[in-house]
Amino acid sequence: MERRTIFEGWFLPAVLVLPQLLLTAFFFLWPAGEAVWSSLTRQDPFGLGSTFVGLDNFSDLFSDPLYVDSIIRTLVFCAAVSMLAMSIALLLAVFADHEIRGRAIYRTLLIWPYAIAPVISAVLWLFILNPQVGLLGRWLNAHGVPWDYTINGGQALLMVIAASAWKQVSYNFIFFLAGLQSIPRAVTEAARMDGAKGWHRFRTITFPLLAPTTFFLLVVNLVYAAFDTFGTIYALTRGGPGKATETLVIKVYRDGVVNLDLGSSSAQSVVLMVGVIALTAIQFRFIGRRTNA
Amino acid sequence: MSQAVLPTSVTEAVPARQIDWVAHIVLGLGVLLFALPVWLVLAGSTQDSGAITRGDLSLLPSLDLSAYPRVLTHGTMGTEPVWHMLLVSGGMALAIAGGKIVISVLSAYAVVFFRFPFRRTAFWLIFITLMLPVEVRIIPTYAVMSDFGLINSFTGLSVPLIASATATLLFRQVFVAIPDELVEAARMDGAGPLRFLRDILIPVSAANIAALFVILFVYGWNQYLWPLLVATDPGLDTIVIGIVKMIGVETQTDWSAVMATAVLALLPPVLVVVLMQRWFVAGLTEGEK
Repeated sequence: MERRTIFEGWFLPAVLVLPQLLLTAFFFLWPAGEAVWSSLTRQDPFGLGSTFVGLDNFSDLFSDPLYVDSIIRTLVFCAAVSMLAMSIALLLAVFADHEIRGRAIYRTLLIWPYAIAPVISAVLWLFILNPQVGLLGRWLNAHGVPWDYTINGGQALLMVIAASAWKQVSYNFIFFLAGLQSIPRAVTEAARMDGAKGWHRFRTITFPLLAPTTFFLLVVNLVYAAFDTFGTIYALTRGGPGKATETLVIKVYRDGVVNLDLGSSSAQSVVLMVGVIALTAIQFRFIGRRTNA
Repeated sequence: MSQAVLPTSVTEAVPARQIDWVAHIVLGLGVLLFALPVWLVLAGSTQDSGAITRGDLSLLPSLDLSAYPRVLTHGTMGTEPVWHMLLVSGGMALAIAGGKIVISVLSAYAVVFFRFPFRRTAFWLIFITLMLPVEVRIIPTYAVMSDFGLINSFTGLSVPLIASATATLLFRQVFVAIPDELVEAARMDGAGPLRFLRDILIPVSAANIAALFVILFVYGWNQYLWPLLVATDPGLDTIVIGIVKMIGVETQTDWSAVMATAVLALLPPVLVVVLMQRWFVAGLTEGEK
């Protein structure tokens, strides 16, 4: 962990580390501190002063059925996006790991979507699923399936799940493929010699050996689905129709920026912070163990 | 990343090479899953907006590329010209990627190669930022930004995103693995700490820097919530902000313009990823994000 050879002095390193620390202090720690502080206070109606109210904002928050609904919706959304994005990626990675002709080209063609912005993936899906201009949306309506995600909440949720998962497949593919390639060929070959057939070999040998990658990706995907999908959802549905696609991050933005409810928005921020801290802690505990092994 | 190569003896153990149809079909479908939506937009950008509004979007492109110069020079109703938004996005992505790399190399270097008071505290303070994405501190960050007078400025758009725990952690990992002999040899040759950083450490880490550049450029280019929050001035609209504005118009959306803009918006980051694929994939999987 630590180096033996080091340079002398403390002034130079202090200067070198200063820019990073200043940015961190001003744009991360200070706002986070403010969020915690204002989550514990309440502004008077004229915005002239604020009083300390302890955990009142939090108890209000958790007794608000709309917030509880939003938590449940976010959990469903995160689970669906992660499952979908990971299973498709794993399927593709398993076959991209085969010794087939043109596999380098397949890889490039499966990796490039990593570069697509969440918002752009939303725009692409609009042209597939929009009831008036979208290719599939129009086809569904023409064939007797009433499809309009701007009025049907369930369809809206399906659509943001599809667009969000679609964008994340490449990332997962890259990691699953790297994980598969790090499994010694001798292991899978030995299983092959023992007569283990494709699916059986995958289930009993390959998949268990991929467990560290799978677990790492699960955490990353949950964080992605919870936080990085703001653009996808906001561009497609703004959280609607009604509140059908209002995840926690959309809600915190609406309540804070649009409705200017500072106390509640700050309390929501603190709840989200606790969530990220928990996920990051799990991830690093796990990676720490893996690198030490 | 090690490209696992099948040893010849094993290849020979496999009976006569047949074409692996299942693999080709699954991978082909996967490729289509990603290529089709983009193809649709590419084809649509050459079609008439009125026809698309009426529901006549087709997978067959025409040869009419007029939507591209149109959006580049004029944008659509209520937006800046696309060339300007591309410029803002490019500037922002480069500033974020470059800035993150510079300050992270410096801070990782300080933390790894020196012993100074509060070294561990400094490292932990940087580490904590990993747990505070913009999404969880929207309002207070806005307040701090307006205290600094950074709302609606290019500085506000880019500088606050430059702090990076991820990059610092990655460089720390790379620097810790530098052999002691290399450091000693440099010192024997009379290289001071800054010379060592410039002439040895940075060249040695070039591949990691290239990989990180790809990841951070894509990250910067794709930002949405941050510019939405800190820049309301249309002159600072990024291409990602601009395209949401374009589809937000309820009536008379200029669909072929939206599609042309989508193509222009996804081209730069895709090119960066494809051209630098080798470094990017290795860097991503080694550093774990």
